[in-house]
Amino acid sequence: MNFEQIVAHIKASLGEEIIISTDENASPKAININDENLVEVMDFLQKDNQLYFDSLSCITGLDNGPESNTMEMIYNLYSIPFDHHLMVKVELPREKPAIDSLCGLWKTADWQEREVYDMFGIHINNHPDLRRILMPADWDGFPLRKDYQEQEYYRGIKVEY
Amino acid sequence: MANQVQYIFDQENLRKSAPQKFKSEDLKREEMIINIGPQHPSTHGVLRLEVLAKGEEVIEVVPHLGYLHRCFEKHAEKLPYNQIIPFVDRMDYLAAMNTEHAYAMGVERMLGIDKIIPKRVEYIRVLVAELNRLASHFIALGSYGMDIGAVTAFFWMTRDREHIVRLLEWASGARMLYNYIWVGGLFYDLPVGFEERCLEFTTYLKPKIKELERVVIDNKIFIDRTANVGVLPVDLAINYGITGPMLRGSGLKYDLRKVDGYSVYPEIDFDIPVGKGEAGTLGDCWDRTWVRVQECYESVKIIEQCLEKLTGEHKRTRDFDPRALAPKKIRPKAQDFYIRAENPKGETGFFFRADGRSDVPFRCKARGASFVNLSIINELAKGGLISDLIAVIGSIDIVLGEVDR
Repeated sequence: MNFEQIVAHIKASLGEEIIISTDENASPKAININDENLVEVMDFLQKDNQLYFDSLSCITGLDNGPESNTMEMIYNLYSIPFDHHLMVKVELPREKPAIDSLCGLWKTADWQEREVYDMFGIHINNHPDLRRILMPADWDGFPLRKDYQEQEYYRGIKVEY
Repeated sequence: MANQVQYIFDQENLRKSAPQKFKSEDLKREEMIINIGPQHPSTHGVLRLEVLAKGEEVIEVVPHLGYLHRCFEKHAEKLPYNQIIPFVDRMDYLAAMNTEHAYAMGVERMLGIDKIIPKRVEYIRVLVAELNRLASHFIALGSYGMDIGAVTAFFWMTRDREHIVRLLEWASGARMLYNYIWVGGLFYDLPVGFEERCLEFTTYLKPKIKELERVVIDNKIFIDRTANVGVLPVDLAINYGITGPMLRGSGLKYDLRKVDGYSVYPEIDFDIPVGKGEAGTLGDCWDRTWVRVQECYESVKIIEQCLEKLTGEHKRTRDFDPRALAPKKIRPKAQDFYIRAENPKGETGFFFRADGRSDVPFRCKARGASFVNLSIINELAKGGLISDLIAVIGSIDIVLGEVDR
């Protein structure tokens, strides 16, 4: 299936308005969806007989900075038996960003979503074990946000040197 | 400066920064919490495991990561594309060439120059990447043997890895962190005489791998320790995003070198070994190790074919400049891009967002194979013995530089 067929198949099954827009410039080509539809769309993509995206390769968080005031979640899907790719993008507000967890569909989402939470402060709803994964639990702020300011001292160690 | 307080010690510090999942008050009868690492040789680096055990039996394993976290992704947002390559090296420091190859390939595809890279450059890239894959597997196999009591293999493997490291040092100037593969080319052409010495090395190496096979993986003690331990069914592996020798050990013939066919891999003849469950169950620790050993043979095969091309069809010429196509200014057009390639540990991916206006990526995310592969550890180790937990960690083959990035 090529990208047009995948998009047409999703629209035919879940309704025309489920895909807000497509990004053919991206590689692999991407669809944009709303955050409240995420689990529904992903569940369909994983279980549908013709799509069967069985592997979730990568979850990326992204901060567009205070000017555009948005954050993004980007999911890279791959289907091992059919050898097709898809990128799914979700835009989130920068104030209190939150998104549903995909742990119920792919177990690999567990750690990758924890990493996004750790780096961007995007809250993951229904996550079984939402703790910081790479940074210390008592660290201030989320490092990969564009307006992140390091704390001056951590236990008497100067952070910026 | 010397008299300044450098660290304010408090007994509560560890509890605050890395809180334990289990509390000693909540333990049931005969249960105990065992802390393994972060400074423990069998955790292969600075990995800390909180193990809830009942006697010798593991009930749950909770990994605590981040001891080697340097926030590669934050650095990458400040640096031009070509200056990120040395940082990429430091992710999977045992297979820096492979990661560099994936990264350079991604940037080239974003720029649209991947089709015009000279064949000689591509063959050299594959050659050094496969040499590095051998070196990485040698460390994996050697230290795995040592984890479960076979010390000889580690000495043999470090001896043979030393030859590879010296070859790569000859080519690039560094032993482990090379910065050799550049966007659009290479740092230098291969040194004069490299091909001949490399061919001598492969002739030397083949019986040594056979020797390793006989002393480690056919060894009865080794089979007793690893067969039927940490069995990973293939559907669970895919659900956990496991890739590389771990997934192939579970019996799925899935290798990105064949699936995506990047670089010159489609022109090279090699097989993909998959686990068959010969010693115990399909997908156990022994199968994963066996796949790694077989991949060493395949890498040698690839190296020999590359050398044949590099001394024949694409041989060294006086006017060949491996940097000729390296762009002075790397400014891809605005796009989102995801590239993946087969590392010794599994699928290494890079996600880029280029804004089209600057030389630095707006966002560069690295998908570490070790990070994703490690997430299955609880699933593999629970219900087994603590000694099996050590066997499981070794068979996953993690590099903490890539787990924590």
